[in-house]
Amino acid sequence: MNKRRFSLKFRLSTLWLFALGVLALGWTVPILWTLAVSIHSPDEPLSVANLWWGSHPTFSNYSQAFDIAPFAQYYLNTVLITLGILVVQLITICLAGYAFARFKFRGQNILFFLIMLQMMVPSSALIVPNYATIHALGVFDTLFAVMLPSFGSAFGTFLMRQTFKQIPRELDDAAKMDGANWLQTLWNVYIPPARPALIAFALSSISFHWNDFLWPLIVTNSPASRPLTVGLAVLTQLGEIGAQWPLVTAGTLIVVGPLLVIFLIFQRQFIDSFLHSGLK
Amino acid sequence: MMRRPPNGAAALPYLLILPTLFFVVVFTLWPLIRVIYDSLFVENQAVQVPQFAGLENFLALFMSSAFRDVLYNTLIYVVITVPASTLFALSLALMLNREFKTRGLFRLAFFYPSMLPMVSAATIFLFMYTPGYGLINVFLSFFGVADQNWLGTPSLALPALMILGIWKQTGFYMIFFLAGLQGLPHDIFESARLDGASTLQSIRYITMPLLMGTTLFVTTIAVVNAFETVDQVYIMTSGGPVNSTSMLLFNMYETLFNYLDIGKASAMSVILIAMLLIFTTINFINTERNATYE
Amino acid sequence: MKKFQTVLFACLMIVMLFTACQPAPTPTAAPSAPAASAPSTATELTFYYPVAVAGPITQIIDGYIAKFEQANPDIKVKAVLSGGYGDTLTKIQTTIKGGGTPPDVAVLLSTDLYSLVDSNAIMPMDDAIKAAGGDTLTSDFYPAYLANSNYQGHIWSLPFQRSIPVLFYNKDMFKTAGLDPAKPPTTYQEMVDDAKKLTKADGSTWGLEISSDGIPYWLFQSFVIGSGSNVFSASNKVTFDSPVVAQSLQDFMDLSGKDKVMPTGILLWANMPNDFANGKAAMIWHSSGSLTNILKQAKFDVGVSYTVGEKGFGAPTGGGNMYILKGISPEHQAAAFKFVQFMTSPDIQADWSIHTGYVASRKSAYDTQAMKDNITKVPQAGVAPAGLQYAGPELATHNNAQIQKFLGDAVQAALTGKSAPADALKNAQQQADQVLSQFKE
Repeated sequence: MNKRRFSLKFRLSTLWLFALGVLALGWTVPILWTLAVSIHSPDEPLSVANLWWGSHPTFSNYSQAFDIAPFAQYYLNTVLITLGILVVQLITICLAGYAFARFKFRGQNILFFLIMLQMMVPSSALIVPNYATIHALGVFDTLFAVMLPSFGSAFGTFLMRQTFKQIPRELDDAAKMDGANWLQTLWNVYIPPARPALIAFALSSISFHWNDFLWPLIVTNSPASRPLTVGLAVLTQLGEIGAQWPLVTAGTLIVVGPLLVIFLIFQRQFIDSFLHSGLK
Repeated sequence: MMRRPPNGAAALPYLLILPTLFFVVVFTLWPLIRVIYDSLFVENQAVQVPQFAGLENFLALFMSSAFRDVLYNTLIYVVITVPASTLFALSLALMLNREFKTRGLFRLAFFYPSMLPMVSAATIFLFMYTPGYGLINVFLSFFGVADQNWLGTPSLALPALMILGIWKQTGFYMIFFLAGLQGLPHDIFESARLDGASTLQSIRYITMPLLMGTTLFVTTIAVVNAFETVDQVYIMTSGGPVNSTSMLLFNMYETLFNYLDIGKASAMSVILIAMLLIFTTINFINTERNATYE
Repeated sequence: MKKFQTVLFACLMIVMLFTACQPAPTPTAAPSAPAASAPSTATELTFYYPVAVAGPITQIIDGYIAKFEQANPDIKVKAVLSGGYGDTLTKIQTTIKGGGTPPDVAVLLSTDLYSLVDSNAIMPMDDAIKAAGGDTLTSDFYPAYLANSNYQGHIWSLPFQRSIPVLFYNKDMFKTAGLDPAKPPTTYQEMVDDAKKLTKADGSTWGLEISSDGIPYWLFQSFVIGSGSNVFSASNKVTFDSPVVAQSLQDFMDLSGKDKVMPTGILLWANMPNDFANGKAAMIWHSSGSLTNILKQAKFDVGVSYTVGEKGFGAPTGGGNMYILKGISPEHQAAAFKFVQFMTSPDIQADWSIHTGYVASRKSAYDTQAMKDNITKVPQAGVAPAGLQYAGPELATHNNAQIQKFLGDAVQAALTGKSAPADALKNAQQQADQVLSQFKE
């Protein structure tokens, strides 16, 4: 009886594994094909018979992509934007999360709700007035314009509030008795155990803002402030000619390549931090 | 014991939340009021100085068949991709929660698309959907399916975008479900198995209810994400063919930036916000009710 | 914190490594002109230019600017690659509306004219043109290209990077099908007849492919202009529901319907050149700007001819003009016009055309040695400019983007069978009338 049950279960598992494998392959094929076509010679048209890297693969598409758009500049911009946002966010969310977790002050529920509204009202729905605000502030077409709206993070504040709330109050009291002020307490008692949550937040903030498109599209105008996503989009909007797939795929890989490489190297940490961030 | 700061430092908590509050006020709360205000005015290329018009913008939108199509497309997209990707993500998480050697690789394969910018994913899929040599058609031809003009056929274009959306987001939701599953106590499953429950039964009666919190969280993100679809429309279809992929946020972008109709674009923003607020408030209340804190 | 810092540091290192390995980005600001001769009171102009073709556009533009600055030491030009045409227009209009400073010179679509005048964004060039030679200057530009520059008795722009749709045909396939490769079709009916002979029964080759996504109105205009008419009659009046337009739409539909020489559904503009080069389509309609890439990829003899309507050749123009923005100081205005004149001069136009595939906007550009040599090497490049005699104005009205969309939607609705052509066009006409009624001519 036991034996039969075991073998049935085993066969089912292999079947599932096989199906899973096919699915996983399907999930991976798009990026593999992109890679293959990016070294396809621009002198050969693509066809069913000529689908992958063609008869004489070349890296000229990459240099052509760099000729058309200053991707190096776009890289720098994207890194600056993403890091700039992250640094400010880390500061604001720790301060605000600490205040909401451990202080009692008048109007705190209303203020918390107001801040949480940011999570319920997506920034994409507010581009009309935000665009006008950027112009009014005179920062149109700057890296700053891309970063500004994200400096305050309701998601991060919420996350930190939850995380800080879970830290035993005895530690806080002990620090107070040792004469620590709020900053020292925050830094020494609250932040260290909140590391997993902070990392998870950092990763989600970085990937969100690295990949952001619509907002930077409308507030940047020149290569000096344009990030990678917008730069890539221009490559696909070359209206007078048709699609130059080897060129466009090369451009795409320029944009996602490093991201994927970093992700592949640090994937354990990436995924683990999401898993252990305590986001339930 | 909550801190009760000495009188002089009573302002401390307010100062601590001030930076966050400042940015939220300037870039979320004030614009929210502003966009509602602007939606009550007509302001476009013909009427450059705003004129008060009450609910005229909203009426014009709802009476326009093009906008009704937009609402319809958006709702269809949400109603199909959210359950599909959530269920898919949950199934994947269940399967990949078991211990086996290559499970890390599988997780990677499904998760990496969510690391890509949507414009890159859209560019890749724009290529994949090409009639003739696009990989999707080549793959389907092995099953005898005729060549399809995915992005040029009104009935296929939106499904094409949906497939892209599911491909991109499922892995991300899967991770959240994995996290949820890992937090489940093992002993319940042990006793269930001893009682003779099948895998399917334990999933249905134990796992699912315990994962309610995660499920609600994932569906909320998924819905907001679906409503915000714009990058792939911009890259792949520009709303076509015949407006079959015109979605709310993209249409709003077009209305503002191509037609310079600030009044209508603001009205669309209000509609989008209203739809999202209703949904997320319901979800938020539910989650808070079901959640437990230490 | 340590693990996080390590991850962060590693990310930065990888990105910087990658960045360092690439050629340094071309500066879009000051060029390499001798700085010694530039007086401290140099007028600095800002120039926005969008890209719509592949190629090292930034390098080429910077090269022209360097030449210009050398010849005009008291003027400096700061060029900004501002995305696509749509982006450039929007950014300028919203900057002006927000009270900011617009650029001095910009390349925008020739059809943006009315929107720009409505936004009070541009200034007329009449006085500057008169001072620079008046009719002698303007008569050297192709009339078809200048057609979109006139409004309310003024000239508002000068053509800079222009194109027309052309018919590319596979000469080898013509021979195999028994057609004379030196005689491409001259009317719609001839095109259909030729296409029928070129279409293979097994579906591996189609006689013809004409796309209808993106901006469907553009190629559609060829049918109408080739029938002796057009889709609009004034800056605030469109003629979408006229019998000629309705017949043109029917002609378009018949290609994939009745005559079966074209695949059904909406064909994508982006895929046409590749389909032509790999033999899937024997003839395509595409921008003259695609010639370079098509020649690179096609392993057969490529023929170029003109798009057709029922009566004969016909095509709309396309592409962008140079505009001078309003509200800039008089010295900036003078400097700006000098720059515009330089960029639209025959030599620059010839060079620009050779390197990008745009049609030069001036007749005398084709008399330059560089251009003559180019046409000897690539005879097909001489076809498009000769076709300008058959060209008509591109659809341009107030609130242009919206009006173009109405017509485009109608074309798509008819092609997909969603509406009957007459209904679709009537609907488009009504919607356009409603929008345009708010504008004076």
